[in-house]
Amino acid sequence: MRNEALRITPHERLEQLVEALRGGNWLKALVFPMLGILAFLMVWHLCASRIDTSLGQFPGPVQVWEQVQNLGAEHVREREKAAAFYERLRERNAKKLAADPNAVIKDRQYTGKPTFADQIITSLLTVAAGFLIANLIAIPLGIVCGLSSGIYKALNPVIQVLKPVSPLAWLPLVTMVVSATYSSDDSLFDKSFLNSAITVALCCLWPTLINTIVGVTNIDRDLVNVSRVMALSPMVHVRKIVIPAAIPMIFTGLRLSLATGWMVLIAAEMLAQNPGLGKFVWDEFQNGSSSSLGRIMVAVLAIGLIGFMLDKLMLTLQKRVSWDKTALLR
Amino acid sequence: MNKRYLDITDVGIEFDTSGKKFRALQKVNLKLDKGEFVSLIGHSGCGKSTVLNIVAGLYQATEGGVCLDGKEVSEPGPDRAVVFQNHSLMPWLSVYDNVALAVNQVFRKSKSKAERKAWVEHNLRLVNMDHALDKLPGEISGGMKQRVGIARCLAMQPKVLLMDEPFGALDALTRAQLQDSLMKIQAELGNTVIMITHDVDEAVLLSDRIVMMTNGPAATIGEILPVNLERPRDRLELAEDREFVHLRQQVLEFLYAKQSAREPTVAASAAVVETTSPKLAAVQAGAPPERPGNDFEAA
Ligand SMILES: Nc1ncnc2c1ncn2[C@@H]1O[C@H](COP(=O)(O)OP(=O)(O)OP(=O)(O)O)[C@@H](O)[C@H]1O
Ligand SMILES: [Mg+2]
Repeated sequence: MRNEALRITPHERLEQLVEALRGGNWLKALVFPMLGILAFLMVWHLCASRIDTSLGQFPGPVQVWEQVQNLGAEHVREREKAAAFYERLRERNAKKLAADPNAVIKDRQYTGKPTFADQIITSLLTVAAGFLIANLIAIPLGIVCGLSSGIYKALNPVIQVLKPVSPLAWLPLVTMVVSATYSSDDSLFDKSFLNSAITVALCCLWPTLINTIVGVTNIDRDLVNVSRVMALSPMVHVRKIVIPAAIPMIFTGLRLSLATGWMVLIAAEMLAQNPGLGKFVWDEFQNGSSSSLGRIMVAVLAIGLIGFMLDKLMLTLQKRVSWDKTALLR
Repeated sequence: MNKRYLDITDVGIEFDTSGKKFRALQKVNLKLDKGEFVSLIGHSGCGKSTVLNIVAGLYQATEGGVCLDGKEVSEPGPDRAVVFQNHSLMPWLSVYDNVALAVNQVFRKSKSKAERKAWVEHNLRLVNMDHALDKLPGEISGGMKQRVGIARCLAMQPKVLLMDEPFGALDALTRAQLQDSLMKIQAELGNTVIMITHDVDEAVLLSDRIVMMTNGPAATIGEILPVNLERPRDRLELAEDREFVHLRQQVLEFLYAKQSAREPTVAASAAVVETTSPKLAAVQAGAPPERPGNDFEAA
């Protein structure tokens, strides 16, 4: 029957895959991207060898690869130092306790220089926090605005004016407000973390908000009428009809928002000297050693790769959540 | 029998399109018995959907009102379920869940969980769709989608079933199948139905009465044709039935001879008055001689 013909078992799918590989499709799948990357590396190499800066030659692929290894090695060394520090601390404490069981044990933290990997993690955490704050506000607000044209008309001027503001204009204000209202001594988060996260949030807000509004406003009239005929309560209406209908647009917004947030974060970290990849770049620039440019280039590539992976992550999530499995997502 | 189950009285509606007033309906009067099947036929754009939407409560009439089972209609509700032309299933819900959404809403207090599940399945069986419970609307054919749409409405146990060209988008064979299904279900359950159609054969085959509407703007009911063919009706036998052919002829005559003009002239509306029931004619004669706006095209 027709339905049977449409269904594919995992086994058949595997066979199809094997068939495709044998047929030479893997050539297209692998070789062309490889060629592209290779060509890029060549052009980079040729250009780099022709640019001289006050800090030496512009780093080519080879120098950058060296710096990748250096940064990796530094990270390992730093971790070893930290481990050794904690080992010594433990021994000292054990001795103290042996001498006097009632001794007060002080818990001390190792305060080494954050490595490249540490900076990446800080940046990721910050962007995640900012993204989360922004969308916890943007999605519900977008749904409300999309459902009620009155609220939309009231909020639209504000949205339109705030939307084009550069995050860096917010940064001083955010910094001042956070230091005025938040005592960081024993709190959960650092002030600098909050500054960056809030600045990111202020920029992540708009793409999701606007796309959610558009998605909710454009729900098929007939579906809304069906919901009215069934007399669905507002909550059920939102859950069963509004959100699924708007989910493609919401995700478009989320992806734009995450990309914006990641770009903004690096700038904010550079400007405000908040820990993270941006600070790493700035520190290397100030450092001005012969390897600085190579290390900055590593950071540039890392920023790009992470941005790419974040977008892939959102795409995967969108594919899982989306009800329309035939829709082409890219 | 008193024709008072559904009572549409002097309904008129005026749309506000970018500042200009457009009168779509005027003095629409129609009374339905319980269990009656009425079709609404008329040229495109005359206001059939508007009548249906007013009964559904989706539009508010400018004047006049609708009473169902003694209660005034003021907002949409599951007692007046609507089958839309393009099925209008939620594409993200499976066939089962689409019907369950309605059932869980309407019977959330009066039926237990198991009863509701059985009820969803029962209604899908009624339209022969119980083999595809887990399919998404995107994975089934147009006719199947329309079946599910009908099941969703039947499952709400509406007092009136409102259908807006339910089979308009289907091919002739599928349409015939669905018409037969609908006839069987209606005979079994005794639903009160208002169905909009463009198909003269469909109207004659299914209805107890055919309500023919005049052209807009300011459209109203032109003629009402009772169909006294015996039930159950068989499309093959009826095709050669003299009565059937005659009824069909009368509808065609109304549509193409009396209402063929796109822009209704004063003369045409006068002609309509003559053909309507005495009561309606009196109502129309009493109405102020409004000149319909020429700036609106009856599309
Ligand atoms: N919401 C609305 N706003 C303004 N005008 C409307 C609205 N709905 C319908 N109309 C107008 O009312 C008239 C009747 O429309 P309606 O949709 O009821 O026609 P119809 O008889 O159902 O046509 P069709 O057979 O093509 O579906 C049309 O001229 C249409 O332009
Ligand atoms: Mg219509």
